[in-house]
Amino acid sequence: MSKHHVSTTINGEPTEFLCEPQLTLLDVLRDELRLTGSKEGCSSGDCGACSVTVDGRLVCSCLMLAVEAEGHAIETVEGLARGQDLHPLQRKFLEHAALQCGFCTPGVLVAAKALLDRNPDPTETEVRYWLAGNLCRCTGYDKIVRAVLDAAVELRAE
Amino acid sequence: MLAYSAPSTVEEAVRILAGASGVAKVLSGGTDLMVQIRSGRTKPELIIDTKKIPGISGIRERDGAFVIGAATPGAVIGECEALKRAWPGIVEATNLIGSTQVQGRASLAGNLCNASPAADSVPALIAARATCVVAGANGQREVPVESIVTGPGRTSLKPDEFIIAFHLPKPPPRSADAYLRFIPRTEMDIAVVGAAVNVTLDQGGACTDARIVLGAVAPTAVLVPEAAIALIGRKLDETALAGLDRAARQACKPIDDKRGTIEYRTKVAGVMARRAAVIAYQRAGERR
Repeated sequence: MSKHHVSTTINGEPTEFLCEPQLTLLDVLRDELRLTGSKEGCSSGDCGACSVTVDGRLVCSCLMLAVEAEGHAIETVEGLARGQDLHPLQRKFLEHAALQCGFCTPGVLVAAKALLDRNPDPTETEVRYWLAGNLCRCTGYDKIVRAVLDAAVELRAE
Repeated sequence: MLAYSAPSTVEEAVRILAGASGVAKVLSGGTDLMVQIRSGRTKPELIIDTKKIPGISGIRERDGAFVIGAATPGAVIGECEALKRAWPGIVEATNLIGSTQVQGRASLAGNLCNASPAADSVPALIAARATCVVAGANGQREVPVESIVTGPGRTSLKPDEFIIAFHLPKPPPRSADAYLRFIPRTEMDIAVVGAAVNVTLDQGGACTDARIVLGAVAPTAVLVPEAAIALIGRKLDETALAGLDRAARQACKPIDDKRGTIEYRTKVAGVMARRAAVIAYQRAGERR
């Protein structure tokens, strides 16, 4: 089987990989590049656990072929923290206990960051609608929404 | 075994499509195609990714009319202020498809060619008299959007053809469109009923032209001329609304499924058509 050579940027680092055409971006992130923060939940674009951004646009990495990443900039949850310094969203998730099992958390964080990059001062309703594609079976969402709103306050003050 | 090709011109894409020996699938956003490949519902031997073709993604405005590239993601459509002003119904219908993540990739061409009876953007496009540009081995043709879907999962496109763009006309003065979808929750679901209404009013506020299109109540989206007749020549009085409601219900040939019974879908189709008409009238009345 012929493999495709893909040149991309992942979390700011130029990255190249070889992949078979049927592999999803999520397959390559996790199994080839060992970036296992992005999770495989439903594999059908319903749960959002695999959320990444492509050129700043939020997408499900399970619904994108890895070959499609050619020439594009990918951001994953691994790109949020700066070394040991957690991103404000990550800190606020800990402070508000906005997670229990944690499986959905990477996707929620990536989605929330994409929201705050666009809209630094979202209403609660805007947060809830934006995150409607990120399913969480533990928290009941309230703590997640509060953590995102609190992180937005901190980011606006920076 | 699956092969992947990303041609950089329309002609090259058509050549590859025409030369494909097995099942070939055109990829834009992939939010339906990838799910169908995963579930085994389709087993393509070749995927042709259109997104390297210049102009296949993006919105261009000329003299009030719009060209929307076939692979333009819903999120980009939702961010186009000029398009929102001209065709708010098309934008609201497109933005109802899936989550933020799905909006990041899902396209009008995909929503149309997936040929689901419940596709949200399709009734709104038909109500707006949108056309699509189809490229194939015999060149390009421009056809009304309603000529593409022939039944659930089936289209009139030939094996060597794919859609490259949608054309939206310049809206006439005092006209506007609206789309409403009924689902049992507020987000992330498939239409039980969808209703698109596009109306043009005269100076006095009476309707001079109307297009009413229903989704999810028949094998394809249904244009309902009888519903337009109920509105034309009238302001949005109770007689007009009752006639619209009745015509919408009579046009329904729905299925019974977990989202709604035949009786329920039929009743809701009338209600959605009324409510969408109220919004379209109000928008049209606010325009010069």
